[in-house]
Amino acid sequence: MSLDAVVSRAPTPAILPGSGGLRGALSDLFWRRPKFLLTLMLAPPLLWLGIVYIGSLFALLAQSFFSIDEFSGLINREFTLKTYGDLFQAANLDIILRTVTMAALVTLASAVIAFPIAYYAARYARGRWKALFYLGVMLPLWSSYLVKIYAWKLILAKEGILTWLLAKLNLLWPLDAWLSLPIVGGNSLSVSFTGTFIVFVYVWLPFMILPVQAALERVPGNLVEASSDLGASPGQTFRNVLFPLALPGIVAGSIFTFSLTLGDYIIPQIIGTSRLFIGQAVYSQQGTAGNIPLAAAFTVVPIVIMGFYLWGAKRMGAFDAL
Amino acid sequence: MRSDRGQRAPLGLKIAAACGLLFLHLPILLIFVYAFTTEEKSFVWPPPGLTTQWFAVTWNRPDVWDALSLSVRVAAISTAIALVLGTLCAAAVSQTRFFGREAISLLVILPIALPGIITGIALRSAFALADIPFSFWTIVLGHATFCVVVVYNNAVARFRRTSGSMIEASMDLGADGFQTFRHVVLPNIATALLAGGMLAFALSFDEVIVTTFTAGQQQTVPIWMLEELIRPRQRPVTNVVAMVVVLVTLLPILFAYYLTRDGDQIAGSGK
Repeated sequence: MSLDAVVSRAPTPAILPGSGGLRGALSDLFWRRPKFLLTLMLAPPLLWLGIVYIGSLFALLAQSFFSIDEFSGLINREFTLKTYGDLFQAANLDIILRTVTMAALVTLASAVIAFPIAYYAARYARGRWKALFYLGVMLPLWSSYLVKIYAWKLILAKEGILTWLLAKLNLLWPLDAWLSLPIVGGNSLSVSFTGTFIVFVYVWLPFMILPVQAALERVPGNLVEASSDLGASPGQTFRNVLFPLALPGIVAGSIFTFSLTLGDYIIPQIIGTSRLFIGQAVYSQQGTAGNIPLAAAFTVVPIVIMGFYLWGAKRMGAFDAL
Repeated sequence: MRSDRGQRAPLGLKIAAACGLLFLHLPILLIFVYAFTTEEKSFVWPPPGLTTQWFAVTWNRPDVWDALSLSVRVAAISTAIALVLGTLCAAAVSQTRFFGREAISLLVILPIALPGIITGIALRSAFALADIPFSFWTIVLGHATFCVVVVYNNAVARFRRTSGSMIEASMDLGADGFQTFRHVVLPNIATALLAGGMLAFALSFDEVIVTTFTAGQQQTVPIWMLEELIRPRQRPVTNVVAMVVVLVTLLPILFAYYLTRDGDQIAGSGK
């Protein structure tokens, strides 16, 4: 900035006089003290998120150390670990184990279904096809969550389209055989764990596709060619070249599929059995049971699991793929 | 991946990718068929007949209109709050370097990274502790909190592409801070903000998990739908509302995509 040179040569001063007034004074202040401007910019969002969000989280955490009086049903606001003791009863451990198993299976299935879509979009789709693929993932991602669940209620119902289709193809017997199995079976798909699983995979699948695609975009095509030039079969190329390079993307996607499955309570309530998941347990504890301390202790479970998960994912470099 | 333009994809990969996309889209298309079915009691397929009478019935249902109006008002106010907070935060984080910058990005992303049920129950227990009764504003409080992140993501991506020297040039040419913001910064980030706002609106319009904890007795459209899914009253009306909801959320997404399609980071890739 050679302002001095400009000023000395010009007949009229090149710098305008200050605009004066409150507005000018403020403007000057912002320029002279960038830290002041920064504080002013950060204060509203930080106050909002700090008070509304972090404040609420701490309120929740605090409640998990309260206990409920079993006779009066009133909440006893004194520090105790009794609620955490209740959390580790066999019935509650069942709920936690069931939810974590479901989350792991959903994550695995999403990764398997997402990979071909992401790989095709990253390596072969060009121009208009690329945009089409992108929208093809974005639109289901952003469509209404409840409408998606509702659509599957229509599909999986006993009188619905899936049964109709299988009946036309004379393939009802494998469905009936599957439904007669213990645990995964049930009266119809819409009241079985299999149904819950399908809907979870469907709803969270786009969250897996996008990071996997982002990871695969960064794999140079000639790496794959070099691998086959050196005599690797497509299977070997996949195992030794593509998969390790896509892994950070898969882990990044699994953060979403895993976390979202852990916390969801609407899907298993609408499509599934009467056996509870963590989200449903939280919801019923705070609602009908009125036991907010136990509900709060239950929410600590996904927070802790996700904490470890994120820590592991960070070590694998998954955050660079987000 | 640029050296292999001419290559064809293996057939197996093509089929797997096509099946995956069909799996994503067919269920949503099914909603459009069911909106016209004459069947009232069950989800029978194929529909025994087609009719448009349920559109008229839905039109005359006051509870649907009440839910819609509440949802639109909540989404509008939450989007407005999120626009202000998200832009401020994005400007601070991308234009300057300061201690704790990473922690701020984490704080903004946290409400959407943790499961919604945690945000929901945390807000509810805070309301209970502070004796705040449920109202329109308790819903807005929750929605604005997780809408900030979409505006923030879009604005940060745009700020990264906007050169800081433009702001300096404007100041050198004699504009004060407010003029620079009005004539240089704002035109640059306007489309990113519009896209972020659209996405925030769509996110708020569709939110159900946090809302069930902060709404009390009030019904937004998703809560109305949830109620119908658990205790169905008139299934054809639910079908019609489901179709309308799909259309209402579709348009902002397409528009947001259109606004930011040339950018390095396209709106909505991190819901």
